[in-house]
Amino acid sequence: MKDEVKLMKGNEAIARAAIRYGADGYFGYPITPQSEVLETLEAEMPWETTGMVVLQAESEVASINMVYGGAAAGKAVMTSSSSPGVSLMQEGISYLAASELPALIVNVMRGGPGLGTIQPSQADYFQATKGGGHGDYHLIVLAPSTVQEMADFVGLGFDLAFKYRTPAMILADGVVGQMMEKVVLPPQRPRRTNEELAAQCPWAVTGKPDTRKGNVITSLELDSAIMEKNNERFQATYRRIEENEVRYEAKYVDDADYLIVAFGSVARICLKAIEDARKKGLKVGLIRPITLWPFPYKAIEEAAAHTKGILCVELNAGQMIEDVRLAVGDKVPVCHFGRMGGIVPNPQEVLDALERDFNIK
Amino acid sequence: MKDEIIIAGFGGQGVLSMGKILAYAALENDQEVTWMPSYGPEQRGGTANVTVILSDDPISSPVLDSYDTAVILNQQSLDKFESHVKPGGVLIYDPYDIHRAPTRTDINIVPVAAMEATIAMGQSKAYNMILLGALLAMRPDVPIEAVVRGLKKALPERHHHLIPVNEQAIRKGMELVAELKK
Repeated sequence: MKDEVKLMKGNEAIARAAIRYGADGYFGYPITPQSEVLETLEAEMPWETTGMVVLQAESEVASINMVYGGAAAGKAVMTSSSSPGVSLMQEGISYLAASELPALIVNVMRGGPGLGTIQPSQADYFQATKGGGHGDYHLIVLAPSTVQEMADFVGLGFDLAFKYRTPAMILADGVVGQMMEKVVLPPQRPRRTNEELAAQCPWAVTGKPDTRKGNVITSLELDSAIMEKNNERFQATYRRIEENEVRYEAKYVDDADYLIVAFGSVARICLKAIEDARKKGLKVGLIRPITLWPFPYKAIEEAAAHTKGILCVELNAGQMIEDVRLAVGDKVPVCHFGRMGGIVPNPQEVLDALERDFNIK
Repeated sequence: MKDEIIIAGFGGQGVLSMGKILAYAALENDQEVTWMPSYGPEQRGGTANVTVILSDDPISSPVLDSYDTAVILNQQSLDKFESHVKPGGVLIYDPYDIHRAPTRTDINIVPVAAMEATIAMGQSKAYNMILLGALLAMRPDVPIEAVVRGLKKALPERHHHLIPVNEQAIRKGMELVAELKK
């Protein structure tokens, strides 16, 4: 049977993909530009079909703690919000990481700081990739650039979260959240049975049978020696993730004299700029990190080796550029072009910035 | 085929839904499509616009600075987007309430009296469909059959009884352009 191609917003794709994945629960609070996630779930009423719980909580703090509770029981649970709401969730996210719990958090970024604007932004890169809450932890961070990836990364995010017992984040922006585009949703999977859940998550708190000791989910450990051991275990997991889960897309890099590094919807704007540049005979390539953590340092280092310069394009004042500089060191000059506060550059602005920064006539 | 389109006017004139119907028509016609709205406070009384790209090939940027086709529904949008139409492109606008007409000579300017027509038809809600008809007459990106199928998908079922009126308005818009070409 041919997969049905549908037209929908990125936010809607997230909601529908969550139902199709067989997610157990969604807890969220409305905020532009991601409110369609919750709206679509409420309209679809999956509690009557798959049994998925959808709950509008009283706040983002409540949402993330409901996720914490659901995740502790081994359930596939998620939340979504936009920048200010995700800031409110940071304590809960740190607790999830410390308790080694799988969960999916979606941030459809808007302009900040503060309440900021409701227009697209990528200014939460540091927060997402460097550990927005306290303590030494990482999230697996996926950056979709199409509506199709908004749908696909729900399943990928959950799978990775369960594989490594760590929370994962989809870091999107207002462009890819609000735009409509063609998408093929994944096939409907049933939710896991209690038996399947128990087999997959022997650590989950699901009610203690007589046959085993009780499971404990906590982020608190007052014995520093044990807490250091816990941290060493977390770090070992992060090294495994760095080894196995780096994802990126490379386009036109083989013959490139210049490289643009951009993620999310901005990478598409840059791709158009690159196509326009190539029409003028200017050889520019694109690296689009798909996992922002783990970051594709090696791919960028290799792609940059034969180039004269890298332009890092972001909807912020320069955040991912720090990782790009870590990747290439002093070998290649790295410049930044960004718009802030909700302004999205067009392809011509990107091309102008490239020509200006590297004195290309 | 590739058509990079901006549709712009006041919130409430049906700018976003016109783009949506066009996008669904492209889906029905097996084309690639992106629909990127301005979203947020400007929808309420201010200006609203949507970028729709139809193409036979995959689409890179959903955000653009210059357009093959502009459909303009008010003065502010005309002031903002006239200079962003590519040379040789098409600018369709409704002269109703326009006091500074477009002046460029390197693009094809098409005045379509959609407001007059919608009043004459007694179908004020079909206003945007007259302009969609004008667009389809100037840019046969998608056949009208695909647009009618697109209407079915774009409109909630409770509005499906309005599809014949919408189709009528689209055909009216096409006629208005045909008359201009005479």
